[in-house]
Amino acid sequence: MTELSKNGAAVDESAAAQRPEAFLEVRDLKVHFPTDDGLVKSVDGVSFSLEKGKTLAIVGESGSGKSVTSLAVMGLHRLGPRGKNVRMSGEIWLDGKELVSASPDEVRKLRGREMAMIFQDPLSAMHPYYKVGDQIVEAYRVHHDVSKKVARARAIEMLDRVGIPEPAKRVDGYPHEFSGGMRQRAMIAMALVNNPELLIADEPTTALDVTVQAQILDLIRDLQKEFGSAVIMITHDLGVVAEIADEVLVMYGGRCVERGPAGEVFEQPQHPYTWGLLGSMPRIDRETSERLIPVKGQPPSLINVPSGCAFHPRCPYADIPKGNVTRTVRPELEQVSTGHWSACHLPTEDRQRIWTEEIAPKL
Amino acid sequence: MISYILRRTFAAVILLLVVSAVTFAIFFLLPRLAGQTADQLAQQYIGKSPSKADIAAVKHNLGLDQPVYVQYWHFIKGIVAGATYDLGPTTVHCDAPCFGYSFKNHQAVWPELTSRIPVTASLAAGAAVLWLLSGVVVGVISALKPRSFFDRLFMGVALAGVSLPMFFTGKLAQLIFTVQIPIFGRTYVPLTENPAQWANTLFLAWCSLALLYSAIYARLTRSGMLETMNEDFIRTARAKGLVERSVVVKHGLRSALTPIITVFGMDLGLLLGGAVITESVFSLHGIGEYAVQGITDNDLPKILGVTLLAAFFVVIANLVVDVLYAAADPRVRLS
Amino acid sequence: MSETKKTDEAAIPQQTSASEGSADREVLLRVEGLTKHFPIKKGILQRQVGAVKAVDGIDFEVRKGETLGVVGESGCGKSTMGRVITRLQDPTGGKITFEGQDITRLSTGQMRPLRRDIQMIFQDPYGSLNPRHTIGSIVSAPFRLQGVEPEGGVKKEVQRLLSLVGLSPEHYNRYPHEFSGGQRQRIGIARALALKPKLVVADEPVSALDVSIQAQVVNLMDDLQQELGLTYVIIAHDLSVVRHVSDRIAVMYLGKIVELADRTSLYEAPMHPYTKALMSAVPVPDPKRRGQKNERILLRGDVPSPIAPPSGCRFHTRCWKATEICRTTEPQLIELRPGQRVACHHPENFADQAPQDTVLLSAAKEASELVPDAVVADAPAETKPAAAGDEPAAEEKPAGDKEPAAEEKPAAKDTASEQAEGSEATASEQAEGSEATASGDASKTAVPETAASKTPAAEPAEAAEPAEDAASAEAVAEAADTAPAPEAAEAAAAAETAGEKTGPGAKSTPGKATGKAAKKTPGKPATGTGSEESSGK
Repeated sequence: MTELSKNGAAVDESAAAQRPEAFLEVRDLKVHFPTDDGLVKSVDGVSFSLEKGKTLAIVGESGSGKSVTSLAVMGLHRLGPRGKNVRMSGEIWLDGKELVSASPDEVRKLRGREMAMIFQDPLSAMHPYYKVGDQIVEAYRVHHDVSKKVARARAIEMLDRVGIPEPAKRVDGYPHEFSGGMRQRAMIAMALVNNPELLIADEPTTALDVTVQAQILDLIRDLQKEFGSAVIMITHDLGVVAEIADEVLVMYGGRCVERGPAGEVFEQPQHPYTWGLLGSMPRIDRETSERLIPVKGQPPSLINVPSGCAFHPRCPYADIPKGNVTRTVRPELEQVSTGHWSACHLPTEDRQRIWTEEIAPKL
Repeated sequence: MISYILRRTFAAVILLLVVSAVTFAIFFLLPRLAGQTADQLAQQYIGKSPSKADIAAVKHNLGLDQPVYVQYWHFIKGIVAGATYDLGPTTVHCDAPCFGYSFKNHQAVWPELTSRIPVTASLAAGAAVLWLLSGVVVGVISALKPRSFFDRLFMGVALAGVSLPMFFTGKLAQLIFTVQIPIFGRTYVPLTENPAQWANTLFLAWCSLALLYSAIYARLTRSGMLETMNEDFIRTARAKGLVERSVVVKHGLRSALTPIITVFGMDLGLLLGGAVITESVFSLHGIGEYAVQGITDNDLPKILGVTLLAAFFVVIANLVVDVLYAAADPRVRLS
Repeated sequence: MSETKKTDEAAIPQQTSASEGSADREVLLRVEGLTKHFPIKKGILQRQVGAVKAVDGIDFEVRKGETLGVVGESGCGKSTMGRVITRLQDPTGGKITFEGQDITRLSTGQMRPLRRDIQMIFQDPYGSLNPRHTIGSIVSAPFRLQGVEPEGGVKKEVQRLLSLVGLSPEHYNRYPHEFSGGQRQRIGIARALALKPKLVVADEPVSALDVSIQAQVVNLMDDLQQELGLTYVIIAHDLSVVRHVSDRIAVMYLGKIVELADRTSLYEAPMHPYTKALMSAVPVPDPKRRGQKNERILLRGDVPSPIAPPSGCRFHTRCWKATEICRTTEPQLIELRPGQRVACHHPENFADQAPQDTVLLSAAKEASELVPDAVVADAPAETKPAAAGDEPAAEEKPAGDKEPAAEEKPAAKDTASEQAEGSEATASEQAEGSEATASGDASKTAVPETAASKTPAAEPAEAAEPAEDAASAEAVAEAADTAPAPEAAEAAAAAETAGEKTGPGAKSTPGKATGKAAKKTPGKPATGTGSEESSGK
């Protein structure tokens, strides 16, 4: 908290000058957690913006900082077990309000009303002791001064909207009485009960079967169309990304390595890590007689992020750029084409060549 | 839910039967299996230095000379319907829940137990309230501020509470507050006679007992709470925009407390069967003291009676715990 | 039941005509009419009132050197199948033959020598290694258990195994927590390979791993197969992974194999509607294909309960092609095309097996609303020749551009009434209470899917309690995955006994003792709450 106010002053200064136009804009967000082993740089300078009605997918492996980024937007990282000493800097602008410098209570009031979140495992994300309806009622009444009866009617309406059959009856069910898919629907109903303008979905379909996953993705898409909300979809599944995202942000080691429109990122990926992700994925839509092309080695520790480009120890092309730049200089995001950014030392022509000649044919 | 309660009750009844059988086996069967003759066993039921005639009478009264199943039948029949003992010159009737008859003191065990239950119950209930409140409060505060000054202080005190033996803290407290600064009474006064006096005389015993237990409960609550506050549903509650107080109380505490219900029920059940050391230290004439008496006098019927009663309390406590648990956690309520 | 078994056996001889490459290979493992039921006990007396039919009569064979992939949604019985064929659990019925030897009823002791040949790899790389043992002792455990002294000594052999799976031999004295998920899975593989097994059954071997690591492990398993001539049965829910690794693939639905075919046939021209729906639901990492919804088949609702599976074809309640015969007659798994066995009356990409039966069930009509035109065109009513409907008619206007949620709502009632008549009703009545009660059959969509895997994680107290519903037995069994492998067998056995035990006091003590202990174990302890049961309340 003290950390926050310290930054607050600095932020306010620049903030007044640069109130962004985008609905959500995150600028140079850093979230660091001091631990006994050292400083965990979970998020280390991430920027992005998102308009209403659009979907941004944040892709990355575990420990890439994608979840912490979203928790930071929600202001939830401070409240977690490690939240006491968290150090945070940067700016998060939601609809003209800056959240990093805002007081915890201001952020709390936005939470659930303007921005809502759904989680990976709807079973553990719902309280096992309370009825599903009561949990939705609670979410509604935090932000609306209405009677329980009114809130209950609203809960039933929402359950109905997300496609739960017999909502008036299921409203009194407990989470364990719902199937996985139905629980995730109820979770979505709970998140959307206050008509939030930003919905953050953290791996919402990972715990579900594919047929249910298809239903849920469809539902999210439909609801987004209906309410015009902005959606941040956090996932490791490039299939889901291709299915739903307008924009893609690829994270590695707490930083953004590539960002751009979904079509471009899949068609002309610019970062070797993105290539690695694409090459690692078996495809359902084509016969792959060849071996998968995995990324060698292990994801980096967020305490000891490799110097220079964090990906260099695993990058097969780390030696192409002249000198030692990949090991010493941290690459900054550079615009490749309109709206498509990549942080890589590889010269553009080499990247083009490697992608079209070496990678793309094998995918 | 009702079917669940019925099922648990039924299970409890079965468990009581099993307990009675086991108790019977320990007190009547095992010694025989170990090679004792009926006479030797009968002698044990009388106590020290009995006469030949006494032994024969006891042997006959307890049916030790009969087959095992007949003995068990007598044993159960005694509990359910009462028993009559023919003691040569006199005939004694031991009324319905006949938990045995002390041939040594010429007393039925049950009336003695019933006169002592209020004492033990007073002790246990008072202490339970104290330790539950203090333990949970301390545990929650420690969990919410882990590694803080309060956390370390409380946990230090808790550690001391567990480590210090009852007869030390109890005796010390008694010495200070009844002798040096006599603000508490020393002789037990029943609740029905004078509630204030009752509380006054029991207070030190409560505190000594509660110190021990609240230490355990504080640690239990702390770890349960720490774990619960890491659960996904807590994150969901926060994501809804709830104020932290509701998150902790409504979502955290309720989950963290359910396992404690279980432990609490068992502890209370056990205590009702006699808090041996506390009762001795504070000279309370409760069940525990009665058991001690039975042991020092080598008076088997007393021990048998206390054992049965203690087992009964544990089974009942268990039943209550099961029902409470189901009330708290809907997932337990299976059809 | 007996009926099912009889007919299934009848189907077996047909497979001999297979002419695919792997077909002439020697059969290593043969499974015939395999069933595994977990009894459900109810009431004070704990009478058995039903059973979770986790595996309900399946036949297949695994040939030497091949990889058989098994896919299906959670609760289809694939994991149970894996544990039964490795005899970590006892089958309820049927026959398992390994290298010509009937191993169906071998005791634990008799199985011991065979444990060398049959090994299992588990999903959870965190839970399946004992944290207090060094890597050396974990990988060498099979040698100790089997009393085998490898050439050059245990330590040397273990170090060789470690380097075989791509770990450094110096890791010998380290502990599991020092390794990442992918490395742990490698350790699990090294352990499984220690005794040079012939058959390795891998249950979701990569699903807990990150994408890049997943690819490493898939490649490793591939290399090891080449090098050591291993035979794999790989159980997974990820159809992309299964497509990549398998030679042949079995698709399971509600305890049955609905389609069993070599990879190319299955993915290029699936015949069972369920296979088709399942594959169409997998998101493809290609944004250009988004919006081409005419390929996407949305299935309505959830998988029905394995306690009272639908009559006839089990998929008929969700199938858009279902007709009367599907409700009344169970289709047999027969070889329609060489190397492709299908259990369907109205297969896709092939001549209709019941062309006389053209009237769609009303449930099927509802279901077809969610199915793109291109696919519906293939429905039996039109009796079109097979291949026509299969062409992905990209130019056709997208049909799936509807709001699925809205579509699904009204369905419940009509579907319910439809199903309430006819044989379906009897089936649901058997499902004590929950399904038969008030809600009619709206539960068909609403009812939580298959008890086991999706059921809430448990309050451990119930783990002992659940005597009354076997759903939990299965759930406990799921939890066995997380137990260290050597213990898995015991855990599984324990799960079963838990299911059978009726001891009234069973709950009391564990409730207290495990209150927290169990929570801490990874992979969430199993709950006793069969969602099926509770939903009725």
